[in-house]
Amino acid sequence: MTGKDLSLVIESFWPITQGAILGTIPLAIVSFVIGLVIAVVIALMRLSKITIVSGIARFYISLVRGTPLLVQLFVIFYGLPSIGLTVDPWPSAIAAFSINVGGYAAEIIRAAILSVPKGQWEAAHVIGMSRGVALRRIILPQAARVSVPPLSNTFISLVKDTSLASTILVTELFRQTQEIAAFSGEFMILYLEAALIYWIICLALSAGQNRLEKRLDRYVAH
Amino acid sequence: MSRIDPLLTVRSLAKSFGSNQVLRSVDLDVPAGTVTTLIGPSGSGKTTLLRCLNGLETPDAGTVAVDGGPSIDFGGTVDRRTLGQLRDRSAMVFQHYNLFPHKTVLENVIEGPVVVQKRPREEAVTDATALLDRVGLAAKRDDYPFSLSGGQQQRVGIVRALALKPKLLLFDEPTSALDPELVGEVLSLMKQLAGEGWTMVVATHELQFAREVANEVVFMDGGVIVERGAPAQVLGSPREERTRRFVQRLTHPL
Repeated sequence: MTGKDLSLVIESFWPITQGAILGTIPLAIVSFVIGLVIAVVIALMRLSKITIVSGIARFYISLVRGTPLLVQLFVIFYGLPSIGLTVDPWPSAIAAFSINVGGYAAEIIRAAILSVPKGQWEAAHVIGMSRGVALRRIILPQAARVSVPPLSNTFISLVKDTSLASTILVTELFRQTQEIAAFSGEFMILYLEAALIYWIICLALSAGQNRLEKRLDRYVAH
Repeated sequence: MSRIDPLLTVRSLAKSFGSNQVLRSVDLDVPAGTVTTLIGPSGSGKTTLLRCLNGLETPDAGTVAVDGGPSIDFGGTVDRRTLGQLRDRSAMVFQHYNLFPHKTVLENVIEGPVVVQKRPREEAVTDATALLDRVGLAAKRDDYPFSLSGGQQQRVGIVRALALKPKLLLFDEPTSALDPELVGEVLSLMKQLAGEGWTMVVATHELQFAREVANEVVFMDGGVIVERGAPAQVLGSPREERTRRFVQRLTHPL
């Protein structure tokens, strides 16, 4: 690495990190939170005994998992305007990512709910709880523990997938990098720098996952 | 309360799972303050009978009435509120304890009183602490269930049921999952509760408990009550051949 490369890395570090702080990270967090809400609703619908309700949930999951995220993003941002519905880059990105996370996380949450022993539902019934209260106070907290590792996977994937938002003009980590690269012509060094910053963010997330798992493990035998 | 009126009255109760008829027209009367033990081979229907008494299963036909509550006729459609009235009068102790693993011992006990019965938290904690103290588990109140022995977990299970202040205590093979050396601590607690006048229906294989504590022993087989009576009679000199063979097998397994 030459001295010129090094000074480019240092100079571009802040603008790229700014893209992460103002773009990538908030985009990932907001989409994940909304996606989780969607996922819980879809998971519960999928578990419903009413065929139409569970059918809608199946259809949603199938559609989300069966189509590329980039295509979903393009349909919302470039497709909707042609039927008179123009959505700005940020809301488009958040909508696409939330819908996507909702589909994947729904299956994780459904499996986690099913992993809680039936006796827990019965004990909740015996102390007088309705199904809703039992779900909220007894079942979901136990399902949460089981779902942390797979949901962490989903979140880490999402952080990297937000780079796709660069294609619909959202100023995030990767778009910042692309702009600097186009301007300077130093593609290799800058894209490696972007990769490194993504990696650092994901390392921090893995550490967070470990801490969360430890905290939630306090009530199980070791 | 009149002493003659039974606290629990069951008439013609029937329940099938698919083509498997688990209960066929079961009648049962349990006077207040008495202990009834249900004995019988696995699959005889005793667990299903217990589960029908507090709405964990919905019977196909028959009636159940607990403590002056409505006599619920399962022949017709029964709405959720009516089932709730049935459930709220009894509490179940499970074979596998079914404690809430993510809650401490104390939180397990006060969950029903505080969240469902809306009693003041402070009062529920005082009551729960007193109950835990009585069963010798006051020191464990802030521990999680996984750190307790099976016998301790089952005693917490019993305390969780008592904290609901039910009219009727139902026990579904409460010692079947325990290591043999832990069975005694649970049975002696149950004996103590019987002495205090709790009305209890206990499905069990512990014949000695039935002999010493029960007012009535009910022998079930194939979804019907084959024989019932005082423990000395049913266990000592059974009238029915099936009862005799079952008691013999449990007393002399070899």
